[in-house]
Amino acid sequence: MSDEHQLSFITHHLSLITNTMNFLQIGLHHYLIISAILFTLGMFAVLTRRNAIAMLMGIELILNSCSINFVAFSHFIEDVGINGQIFAIFVIMLAAAEAAIMLAIIIAIYRRFRTVSPDETNSLKG
Amino acid sequence: MNQFPIREIVFYLFAIITLAPAVIVVTTKNIVYAAFALMITLFGVAGLYVFLSADFLAAVQVLIYVGGILVLILFGVMLTRGALDMKLKVERGQIIPGIIASLVILILLFVVIVKTPWNPLTESQIQQMQSDKDTDTTEEIGTQLIGRGENKDGKVTGEFLLPFEIASVLLLVAIIGAAMICRREVKE
Repeated sequence: MSDEHQLSFITHHLSLITNTMNFLQIGLHHYLIISAILFTLGMFAVLTRRNAIAMLMGIELILNSCSINFVAFSHFIEDVGINGQIFAIFVIMLAAAEAAIMLAIIIAIYRRFRTVSPDETNSLKG
Repeated sequence: MNQFPIREIVFYLFAIITLAPAVIVVTTKNIVYAAFALMITLFGVAGLYVFLSADFLAAVQVLIYVGGILVLILFGVMLTRGALDMKLKVERGQIIPGIIASLVILILLFVVIVKTPWNPLTESQIQQMQSDKDTDTTEEIGTQLIGRGENKDGKVTGEFLLPFEIASVLLLVAIIGAAMICRREVKE
């Protein structure tokens, strides 16, 4: 793609954003964009970080972004009702159970290998 | 004075409180900084829940996420402290594909968010709906979770009773499993 083609592609989509969203009236899109940015940051943490506890924090960011999505839809869409908030409660509960198990595994791995980096604990790798 | 957009300013403040520490969580090398930045992010998410009229959920978020999960993460950080004194080997080759994949997903999500016709309710419709109802969110959530299934003024309650019970069993299994994994073997 030539440079001006790329630039018009970007400005076209930016104008899509500013035409559908009004910065002075908080709508559904604001919450969805916040949740999308949190999801991307969480995914980047899971993909890039070399510490198991930091990967757990990335997973918690992903789960929180999904909960924001559910609650935003529960607030703005009439058919969803209260079900979005109930699902967010279930997500919080499952995140608690998962964090407990994950930290137990991390502590057990630390006792065995003396490190929490996933790169150095690959003794199962062929 | 209705003209000054104080509500929008507070919303953007909470959005920044949510997103800026998330960047710190993702990029810092010090894991204790990352844990406390995650705490600030979770408080920001609780503030956003209050904006979405989910007051019970905001309280649950602060109690369980900050008061439970984050304390657990800090315990994990404390018990694995010896690993941090070693130099972290940062693999430079893996950051660029990570950035590319994250940017692709972000742009894809933005395009979907902007182009889908969600048809959300406007603020005036929401305020009218909320003034018509006489129950608050705590009662609604409670009746959906542990209701008796019969129609209450034409509404069906207790739709989520089975997931509620299964989730409590799952929490029990998680507690027993975590305690068993972490157990020190008794040496005879």
